[in-house]
Amino acid sequence: MAPHDIRRPFKRAAISDQQKRRELSLLRQAQNRRDAQQQARCLASSILSLQSAAPESQPEQSDTEIETVPESEQESEAFSKDLDVRQASKLRGPEVRKWFARQLMLPEWMIDVPDRLAQDWYVFARPAGKRCFVVSSNGTTVSRQRNGSILHHFPSALPAGAKIRGGSGSAQSYCILDCIFHELDQTYYVIDMVCWNGYSLYDCTAEFRFYWLNSELEESGACNAPSHYHKFRFSAVPVYNCDSSGLYSAYTGVVPYAKDGLLFYNKHALYQTGNTPLALVWKDENCSQYVIDTDGKGEIPSQQQVVLELQDDRKLVTSDDPPVLFGCLDGDIIEKSGLHTGNLLRFAIGDGGLSFADGKLEKADLIYLGKSNRARAFADSYSKVLFQFMVRHSPLKIDDLLASINSANDQEKTPSDIEMVG
Amino acid sequence: MAMEVTQVLLNAQSIDGAVRKNAEDSLKQFQEQNLPVFLVSLSGELANEEKPVETRKLAGLVLKNALDAKEQHRKFELVQRWLSLDGNAKSQIKACLLTTLTSPVSDARSTASQVIAKVAGIELPHKQWPELIGSLLSNVHQLPAQAKQATLETLGYLCEEVSPDVIDQDQVNKILTAVVQGMSSSEGNTDVRLAATRALYNALGFAQANFSNDMERDYIMRVVCEATLSPEVRIRQAAFECLVSISSTYYEKLAPYIQDIFNITAKAVREDEEPVALQAIEFWSSICDEEIDILEEYGGDFTGDSDIPCFYFIKQALPALVPMLLETLLKQEEDQDQDEGAWNIAMAGGTCLGLVARTVGDDIVPLVVPFIEENISKPDWRQREAATYAFGSILEGPSPEKLIPLVNVALTFMLSALTKDPNSHVKDTTAWTLGRIFEFLHGSVVDSPIISQANCQQIITVLLQSMKDTPNVAEKACGALYFLAQGYEEMGPSSPLTPFFQEIVQSLLTVTHREDAGESRLRTAAYETLNEVVRCSTDETAPLVLQLVPVIMMELHNTLEGQKLSSDEREKQSELQGLLCGCLQVIIQKLGASEPTKYVFMQYADQIMGLFLRVFACRSATVHEEAMLAIGALAYATGADFAKYMPEFYRYLEMGLQNFEEYQVCAVTVGVVGDISRALEEKIVPYCDGIMTQLLKNLSSNQLHRSVKPPIFSCFGDIALAVGEYFEKYLMWAMSALQSAAELSTHIAGDDELVEYTNSLRNGILEAYSGIFQGFKNSPKTQLLIPYAPHILQFLDGIYMEKDMDDVVMKTAIGVLGDLADTLGSHAGSMIQQSVSSKDFLNECLSSEDLMIKESAEWAKLAISRAISV
Repeated sequence: MAPHDIRRPFKRAAISDQQKRRELSLLRQAQNRRDAQQQARCLASSILSLQSAAPESQPEQSDTEIETVPESEQESEAFSKDLDVRQASKLRGPEVRKWFARQLMLPEWMIDVPDRLAQDWYVFARPAGKRCFVVSSNGTTVSRQRNGSILHHFPSALPAGAKIRGGSGSAQSYCILDCIFHELDQTYYVIDMVCWNGYSLYDCTAEFRFYWLNSELEESGACNAPSHYHKFRFSAVPVYNCDSSGLYSAYTGVVPYAKDGLLFYNKHALYQTGNTPLALVWKDENCSQYVIDTDGKGEIPSQQQVVLELQDDRKLVTSDDPPVLFGCLDGDIIEKSGLHTGNLLRFAIGDGGLSFADGKLEKADLIYLGKSNRARAFADSYSKVLFQFMVRHSPLKIDDLLASINSANDQEKTPSDIEMVG
Repeated sequence: MAMEVTQVLLNAQSIDGAVRKNAEDSLKQFQEQNLPVFLVSLSGELANEEKPVETRKLAGLVLKNALDAKEQHRKFELVQRWLSLDGNAKSQIKACLLTTLTSPVSDARSTASQVIAKVAGIELPHKQWPELIGSLLSNVHQLPAQAKQATLETLGYLCEEVSPDVIDQDQVNKILTAVVQGMSSSEGNTDVRLAATRALYNALGFAQANFSNDMERDYIMRVVCEATLSPEVRIRQAAFECLVSISSTYYEKLAPYIQDIFNITAKAVREDEEPVALQAIEFWSSICDEEIDILEEYGGDFTGDSDIPCFYFIKQALPALVPMLLETLLKQEEDQDQDEGAWNIAMAGGTCLGLVARTVGDDIVPLVVPFIEENISKPDWRQREAATYAFGSILEGPSPEKLIPLVNVALTFMLSALTKDPNSHVKDTTAWTLGRIFEFLHGSVVDSPIISQANCQQIITVLLQSMKDTPNVAEKACGALYFLAQGYEEMGPSSPLTPFFQEIVQSLLTVTHREDAGESRLRTAAYETLNEVVRCSTDETAPLVLQLVPVIMMELHNTLEGQKLSSDEREKQSELQGLLCGCLQVIIQKLGASEPTKYVFMQYADQIMGLFLRVFACRSATVHEEAMLAIGALAYATGADFAKYMPEFYRYLEMGLQNFEEYQVCAVTVGVVGDISRALEEKIVPYCDGIMTQLLKNLSSNQLHRSVKPPIFSCFGDIALAVGEYFEKYLMWAMSALQSAAELSTHIAGDDELVEYTNSLRNGILEAYSGIFQGFKNSPKTQLLIPYAPHILQFLDGIYMEKDMDDVVMKTAIGVLGDLADTLGSHAGSMIQQSVSSKDFLNECLSSEDLMIKESAEWAKLAISRAISV
């Protein structure tokens, strides 16, 4: 039995470069494998089955960009179903605009106060600015407005948002955020998170999306001040439970941005593209500069104006699904003005106003003004018309909302009929 | 009846090649014709006092080789062969062996000892030869000294050969008693005492119970300590070896003895002969190893996670230990830096000092600084070198706050010493110390940078200058540059090295061309540093990295020119090709990581691939690991276009997968199959038959190192994900391999290493399932997977219940649950709802602290809720 060797490494690194190369290779392979799996998983799920309810006209006046009208509803529906977001980001020109125009969740206007506001809803002050989709992918970030037009093309600290070594997120990773770009402080305020780091949140409840948004956004460094690899700052907005103190905070609280109304999100609702009654917008003069619709010149017309779509049986309808009937157009006008089915037409609401029976629109006093701006994509929604009507006649006041919350405390309300998924 | 083998054995040692060959053939023939008779003859030869000593020894050796082999599968065969051997023959052989222990011929005794241990190694675990230990010990006291020595030696080998759990405590007690008595100072015979001391070294692992008994432990420790004072140097050395072994095996029992041991070791370090002094220093290094491990497990807070408490022996011994170690630093040998195999007291002392610094941290600094200050400028090179070495040794462990003020003062001095000191040894250690400074105190981990714009240029100038010094100094300078570059890795878009990038690369390339670059592994160091400089480069220097591509390609091309090489030259060529392929791999990975550089780089892809194929062609039977690694990186960068290289490359891929001998090569090739799957996607289909066949073969082989098996499973997943429903062809085979591996990996009983291996196996299996399920998704063939789902859910239940999975497995496992739900939809819904623990598992993952687990769990939750709601 010989003595045992006790030599230790002397003046040597503990690990050889070859071993390091092997390990780095393994790391890269593991990362690639994760990416491939992640990609497979995401392709699977909800992004493929994008809902394609027809989006409505713009809910806010600050957004006056040109919209592109899709050539046909059917076509674009089939189109969006076959695409996932990363493929969509490879689209060019008008196709991409069509696609993106349909991807935002559009709140209805609040025309009455939903039940269980305090229990089931969030509220936050909506930043004034351009609503857009921010997509980070393949080392770059693109923001697109509702009409699909590119607002900015820039590097960001979002996962896969910049070409930077060691940056979080890999080539296959991507993010989609629902944002409002606020000109004054050049900041993207993130109002919803649709995909994060290749991970789809379409099928997640608002409760989870907001939780994820708050925990991930900050961590990614996207909230940091702008720098070479991060051109615009991102920021989350303060979201409150819609009890009386939350509502009051959202209404009066100081925020770094100009407010444009309040947004209400049902906590249990998934991210649904197009119009949804599970997200609501409400405004008054105290929390928005743009309460009453302006016309093309930015002035408030003396009479409320609406845009309706002409159907083949001369019916005038809203953009809702199913559409709401507002009346029929005189055959003479159609012939004289050379109107066709599908045309969007502008009307004023006359002194007869809107009359209701059993909570349903019974009659509208419509005065034909002419064809709408060619850039318009969709007719107005029912809730928008009604909200504007109410603003001019008997507005829903903040006190009404607060009162509703307080009275709900005493009353037994019917439970929300939303299917719980989260 | 035995055969006459003497003459054959003599012939087998003949200097005449033909005679030798003939004899070896005859031995082989005997063995094949009648194994029992052959083995009995050998043992008879060994036992026969009338035979020449050479044939007795050789007979023993052949016998030993008939019982054991290095390769696992061969060893297994030999064990089975012995166990099924005729009982009579075995008895005869054993009797001969035991008789030989009393032979007057020392070589015969010693050979018999080793053979007995081999037989015991086979038989004792099978509860055979129960009388062996009894008969060895029965007469140990009455025997003549020679036989006693042989008996003790046999016990030593036996303890080395068999594992402690196959020997009863009762017999362990007897062995230890005999051994420790043989060691004690009352034993007059030096050979007996030495054999006993060496036997104890092997028997220590059996002494768990005895070390828990205070009286027995005291006795053993006393005898060991006494043996360290023996007049015979070999006994002192062996006794210190025992102490070293005790320090790691019975660390927690040492407290009562540590003061005495310190005194003994200090005396040995200062006065004894070098082999003994080295063991004495090793004792303290080993204590440091233990305490570093324990303190690491504490993780800074005293939650007491470690089974063994820290006794802080080093901290307590510090005031005496450090001066003792510092003294050793002055005992350098001339030219030790040029001698690769050197290991002396100064080297051991400095190494131990470094471990002490890691153990105690800041406390060591005030004890070492005066020594540095006193010696660093002395005229005697030994003092300057010792001071520098002491400084370099303590740079890992103490806090940056404590060290940075010292480093700020020392840096200028070091840079000047590296250029001006007349002694090469001092320069070597100075360059090494600079490397340590950059390794531990430079980079994003340190708040106050030690390198400024002002001294950066000076540092680089000095290092590049030193790269022209003697090979050993130049090698250390390369090492220092390596860590300098590494420290700038996380610097963002602009690196302070940018202005010097070109010059650094040029200097490193010049070093690789030095005539003497083969010495002191200088060429290797230069390429490794070049690799690190490339890895840490930024966008600013990407064009320069691109320029490096044709340069390295040309170098690689040049290695392919040589014809008719000697085996020595061939080895050198292969080594250089390895360095160059490694460098290209790093460059490909770097440039492939960003789109613009990848685009420009791709113009070289065809040529580079051509070179790699030629590197492969240089060898006939094996593939070059480094070239294979580089091809993986190239496949990733190239993507689907890699398909054009496949017809030519495929045979090397297959060759790599078949290389069981160099299992690293096999593992690397398996990884490359994954890279290629992801790159080619469905274009890999034409090669799938061959690849899958080979992978399945590998899994069923017991010759392949087990560490390659988990990556093979992961690779199934990669292929399935790439080819989708086409995987149907292999589904049955793959699933059956996965299923049996899954069953094996559910329950683990074993040490940490086995737990770690099992977890890596589980991860591989789970990654395979993920890939297969995701691959089949949205195909009309998903129903093929339904029959496998119950087993997979059972597997998930199993590993969840075992509670010993690591975070990686947890993340992969919960992902598989999601994949199953995602792909099978409503088919999976009810199965998941019925499974024992899916819900608990999911909830546990959802509330995990680990973000990756949480993320996977959120995804799984989504997939499951969809599957259930359908």
